[in-house]
Amino acid sequence: MTNTTTREQLLSLRGITKRFGAVRALSGVDLDVYAGEVVAIVGDNGAGKSTLVKILAGVHPQDAGTISFGGVPTAIPTPTDSRDLGIATVYQDLSLCDNLDVVSNLWLGRELRKGGALDEVEMEMRSWTLLRELSARIPSVRIPVASLSGGQRQTVAIARSLIGEPNVVILDEPTAALGVAQTAEVLNLIERLRERGLGVILISHNIADVQAVADRIVVLRLGRNNGDFRVADVTSEMIIAAITGASDNSRSA
Amino acid sequence: MSDTTRPLDQSRPVDQQDERLVHHSGVRGAVRDLGQRMRGGDLGSLPVVLGLVVIWAVFQILNPNFLSSTNLVNLTMQSAAVGTIAIGIVLVLLLGEIDLSVGSVSGLSSAILAVGFVQLGFPLPLVLFASLLAGVLAGLVFGFLRTQFGVPSFVITLGGLLGILGLQLFVLGKTKSINIPFDSVIVQFGQQWFLPAWSSYTLVALAVVVFAWNQLVQARRREAAGLSASPASVIMLRSAGLLVLLGAATWYLNLSRGVGAPFALFLVLVVITHFFLTRTRWGRSVFAVGGNVEAARRAGIRVNRVYISVFVLCSLFAALGGLMAAARAASANSSSGGGDTNLNAIAAAVIGGTSLFGGRGSAFSAVLGVVVIMSINSGLALLFLESYVQYIVTGAVLLLAVVIDSLSRRTRAAAGRG
Repeated sequence: MTNTTTREQLLSLRGITKRFGAVRALSGVDLDVYAGEVVAIVGDNGAGKSTLVKILAGVHPQDAGTISFGGVPTAIPTPTDSRDLGIATVYQDLSLCDNLDVVSNLWLGRELRKGGALDEVEMEMRSWTLLRELSARIPSVRIPVASLSGGQRQTVAIARSLIGEPNVVILDEPTAALGVAQTAEVLNLIERLRERGLGVILISHNIADVQAVADRIVVLRLGRNNGDFRVADVTSEMIIAAITGASDNSRSA
Repeated sequence: MSDTTRPLDQSRPVDQQDERLVHHSGVRGAVRDLGQRMRGGDLGSLPVVLGLVVIWAVFQILNPNFLSSTNLVNLTMQSAAVGTIAIGIVLVLLLGEIDLSVGSVSGLSSAILAVGFVQLGFPLPLVLFASLLAGVLAGLVFGFLRTQFGVPSFVITLGGLLGILGLQLFVLGKTKSINIPFDSVIVQFGQQWFLPAWSSYTLVALAVVVFAWNQLVQARRREAAGLSASPASVIMLRSAGLLVLLGAATWYLNLSRGVGAPFALFLVLVVITHFFLTRTRWGRSVFAVGGNVEAARRAGIRVNRVYISVFVLCSLFAALGGLMAAARAASANSSSGGGDTNLNAIAAAVIGGTSLFGGRGSAFSAVLGVVVIMSINSGLALLFLESYVQYIVTGAVLLLAVVIDSLSRRTRAAAGRG
C-alpha cells in the first residue's frame, strides 16, 4: 500500500530509554515515521506506549537515545517544543473545553485576530472548510462541545490538531470509548490524515482497528521493540503473539 | 470511504448544510430559537430579570416611593462601588476561583486615599495611584500563591481578608475615621457629579449606534463568507429594543438628578470588561481555563499568566471600588470595606448569572446582580426594617441564585448544552 522507502522520513527515534525510579519504562526503543503513513503502536498495558507518546509530546524528556526530526537531531524538552516541531498530540481524554463551542475549541490557543479582536467569521469559515475536507459531520460549530457525541468530540479533537498544520499527528487510543459507527467515522478521518501526507502515529488496543487503517505496526513489549510489521504481511495472530511475548521478535537482548 | 466531498447545497449557508439542523429564519425564528435555548437550561439573564421585576413590584406596593426617580438615582449611586468590585468577582468566578478578600482590599484602598490625601497632603493623582497599586500587589501575591503552590484560592484569599484588614488598620493608625473634604475633586466625583441630560442621551445614542453598527458589519462579513447571518430586520429590532430600554432608563433618572458619574464609570468598565472577555484571546483563555484547565494548558495557553492576570484585575477592581465608596461616603474608617461589602459583591456576581462552577458568565451579571442587591437594601431601608431583615433577605436571595445556577447546570447537561 505504501512504499516507505521512497517517502520522506519525518521522525526517527533511536535507542529511547526512560526510567521512572526503579522501573525501566522504555529501554532502547526505535521508531520511524514517514510522511503519508499510519504507524500503529500496539502493546499490552505497561508496554510503554504512553511513555513513548509523552516523550514525543514533550511531557517527559528521554533519559537516553536520540530523536531526529526530518533528519536533524533534536530535543523535545517541553510540549511547546513538540508543537513547534510540528508534532500534534491528540490525547485519550480529548482535552476539549465543554463550555466552549466547536470553533473556540478548534482555535484554542491559536485564535485568529483582526485588529486586535478575535476574527470569529474567519475562524468559523476555516473551521467549516477543515471539517468538510475531513468529511466530518458536525451539525453546527456554534454549539458547546458538551452537546456532541463521542465520535464528534473525537473528530473535533483530531481536527483541532490539524489547525497548526503539523507534520506528525499522534492519536492516543482515539477509538477507545466509541461505538461501531463512531469508530468507523474516526478511522475514516485517520485515512484522511494520511491522504494529506501527514505521518500518523496511532496508539491502540484494538487489533481490528489497527489492521483496518495502519500501514505499519510496531509492537512494544515490556518497554522494548518486539516486532515491526507491514500490515499487508501480518495476521492478527502474529500481532497478538508479539504483544503477549509468545513470539520474540526483539533484535537483541 | 464514505462521501468525501459532498456537494454544497447552494441554497443554504455553509454553516447550515447539515440536514439534522432545524432552521428558523427571520424575526419569528429568532424568537423561537430563544424559547428553545431557555427550555434547554440556557437561562441567560432571564431568572434575574424576572426576580428584579418581582422585587421591584413588591417594594413598590409596600412603599410607593420605591420606584421614584429620586430613589432609583440613589440606588444607582449605591450600586457603583459594589458593582465595580463585583466585576472583579465575575472574572475570578469565570476561572472557577473565588476572592474573599475584595472587601478588605477595598477598605485598604479607602484608607490609603484618606491618609495620603487628607493627613499627609499628597497630591490626589499620586494617592489614587498608590491605592490602585496596593490592589495590584495584593492580586499579584494571590496569583503567585495560587500558581506556584497550588493553594486553593478560597484559603489564600481568606488569609488575604484578614491580612489586608490588618494593613488597613495599620495605615489608619490611631485615627478611627478620617473625613475627606467635601470640596475635593474625589468627593465631588463621588457625590455631586452627574452627567448633563444631553450628554447622557448622547452616550445612549452612541452605545446603540455602536451596537447596531457592530452587528451589521458582522452580519455582512458572515454573509460574504457564505455563513448564516442575522437579517437586518432582527438587528434593527434588537437595536431599537436597546434604544428604548436605555433611553427610558436615562429619561427616568434624568427626572431627578440624573446619571451619576460613578455609575457611568461602572457601566463603562462593565462594557470594557465584556469586550475583553468576549473579543480577545485573553478573554477566550479565561473561559477555557474555567471550563477545563488541562485542556487549556495542552492548547498552549499560559495558564499561570491567566490566573495571575485575573487575580490582579480582581484586586484592582476591588481597590477602585474602595476609592469610589470612600468618595461617596466622604470618609474612610476602620470598617470601610467591612461588613457586607464582600458578600454583596460576591452575591451580585452570582445573582447576576455568573456560575460558581467556572467557565460561564458575563460582565453584565455584575450590573444585574448589584441592582438586585441594592434594590433589596434600599427597599428594606425605606420600610424602616432593621438590618437583620436585610441580611436574612439578601442571604436568601443569594441561596436562591445558587440553586438556580445548579439547577440550570443540570438541565443544560441533560439538554446537551454543556
